[in-house]
Amino acid sequence: MKRRSILAAGVAALALATGGAFADGHEKTKVGFIYVGPIGDGGWTYEHDKGRLAVEAEYGDKVETVYQENVPEGADAERAITQMALQGADIIFTTSFGYMDPTNAVAAKFPDVKFEHATGYKRETPNVSTYSARFYEGRAIQGHIAGKMTKTNKIGYIASFPIPEVIRGINSAYIHAKKVNPDVEFNIIWAYTWFDPAKEADAATALIEQGADVILQHTDSTAPQAAAQKADGVITFGQASDMGEYAPLPRVSSIIDDWAPYYIARVGAVMDGTWESSDTWDGIGAGMVAIGEISDAVPADVKAEALAMKDALADGSYHAFTGPINKQDGTPWLAEGETAADFGDDGLAGMSFYVEGLTAEIPN
Amino acid sequence: MVAATPIILAAIGELVVEKSGVLNLGVEGMMIVGAICGFAIAVQTGSPFVGFVAAALGGAVLSLLFGILTQYFLSNQVATGLGLTLFGLGLSSLMGQGYIGIRPPATPKLEIPLLSDIPVLGPVLFNHDLMVYVALALVVGTWAVLKFTRAGLILRAVGENHDAAHALGYKVVRVRLMAIAFGGACAGLGGAYLSLVRVPQWTEGMTAGAGWIALAIVVFGAWRPFRVLLGAYLFGGVTVLQLNLQAAGVAIPVEYLSMSPYLITIAVLVIMSSGRAKAALSAPACLGKLFHASS
Repeated sequence: MKRRSILAAGVAALALATGGAFADGHEKTKVGFIYVGPIGDGGWTYEHDKGRLAVEAEYGDKVETVYQENVPEGADAERAITQMALQGADIIFTTSFGYMDPTNAVAAKFPDVKFEHATGYKRETPNVSTYSARFYEGRAIQGHIAGKMTKTNKIGYIASFPIPEVIRGINSAYIHAKKVNPDVEFNIIWAYTWFDPAKEADAATALIEQGADVILQHTDSTAPQAAAQKADGVITFGQASDMGEYAPLPRVSSIIDDWAPYYIARVGAVMDGTWESSDTWDGIGAGMVAIGEISDAVPADVKAEALAMKDALADGSYHAFTGPINKQDGTPWLAEGETAADFGDDGLAGMSFYVEGLTAEIPN
Repeated sequence: MVAATPIILAAIGELVVEKSGVLNLGVEGMMIVGAICGFAIAVQTGSPFVGFVAAALGGAVLSLLFGILTQYFLSNQVATGLGLTLFGLGLSSLMGQGYIGIRPPATPKLEIPLLSDIPVLGPVLFNHDLMVYVALALVVGTWAVLKFTRAGLILRAVGENHDAAHALGYKVVRVRLMAIAFGGACAGLGGAYLSLVRVPQWTEGMTAGAGWIALAIVVFGAWRPFRVLLGAYLFGGVTVLQLNLQAAGVAIPVEYLSMSPYLITIAVLVIMSSGRAKAALSAPACLGKLFHASS
């Protein structure tokens, strides 16, 4: 009899405890982040984590954020995202292109959890949103400065994976470099990694040895900056983050991703129940892409032109892809004065071709 | 050569550890701790040489943690080694907080006067920083010690049959601890080479798997120093070669070249995991087995 009452009391206590935990779990909005590199990479993941901290600063005790670093793209990402969903996250930001299919797969299993996938285009269930920034607008400015400043007319480009976002960046930079310097050539290295400082540094060194005196990177770490610093007379641009510690040389400017306002808005929408699946693609105008300070190493007239281009891109009076532009094989893509559409055949979102003049081939 | 040096250093250390019969999977962790220790001290003192010494010390201290756990407390070597990697990654990012974006003092290049003037071969072989040659000397030294000296014989005896070695009166645990510390020091040097020479900067997680490659290369090299050297140069060479080919605009299927070092490593691992091949590849007989004097 006595033993039974103890048991019953135990069960009651347990029920209370778990009931309490549930109530507590829903009091705070739990926000999860999946990162492709470490938060200290000084580039891509670093900026996403700044966005996470901004969410914490904005909502204080009302949110709890969790994150996981160095999650490989591919099958293992699905495990990491699932784990985060099981831990009770209300909204999960997956911050790399390669998480696209895993995010959608997990989202189908957790209809009550909201998912936000960066730089992708698949929204298979109503609880998935995608968001990205128009980095190619920043690339246009980089291309302009690079074309003006190169002395060897060789520009090295460290690319990561052959996905539309990266190809857009190469095209945009090339078009604008070519516009101001018809002799310019692009050497492109596909590193097949987002984050591997040693490999990125090796790639930068290889490009410099081939005569490139401008290094553009689409990988996440600051290693190419360090490698360029070792060589004399090479300029670079910060990628995803300001990388200002390498200014004024070799880093002469940068593309900065500012995710904080978006993250704050989306987490806020989850809190007041107004969250809806959406596709956000903002550029310089909306503040999602910022241009880091152009250092004094850039001649004043070039700097002024670059800033004018930035303003034109921001207010929409200039589009980074304005015709006439032909595809690499010579077939026309955009007619005179025509600007590229975001979606559809040959749209920017799924861009998978080089523009005319680039000599390399896209690996597939 | 620059790409191969960190791997050579880490691999030669791990080779000695495995020759003594211990499997330390914590190479990655020791490397990254070496990378930050070396970087931090080099920045503080302004001397890359002191930095490298500190890196070796840092790696050795961390490896001794592994040594104490596995040799005295008889913990599982695989689990402890993996734990060491995770611990090292975390510890290094903690220690590295204040060092992001700082430029380390330059490591002087050692230009061997006459030899580096030889066309083509000169710059390729004789125009590197000191650590490249230190790594080579370490390989030769390790080979000589293992093959010709009494100490090398004892080390191998401990690795092949720790009970027999114990019966002969050798201090199995002490020998293994020394081997582990040597392995840690080498891994630390390899890490510091990354942060001080190859990249040169500190970034969290900057070893990005180099430690695992070093582990695989030890197996690939069948526990022989010169084959390890060959394996590391092959790996480093292919990595840099494919980047250079791309930079030169040579049209090659990039994906396959990027994959190739890893594919070779997997193939070798598969071959060696079958029992008979393992003996043929001359893996130390007591590799990964726990030793206690009472057993």
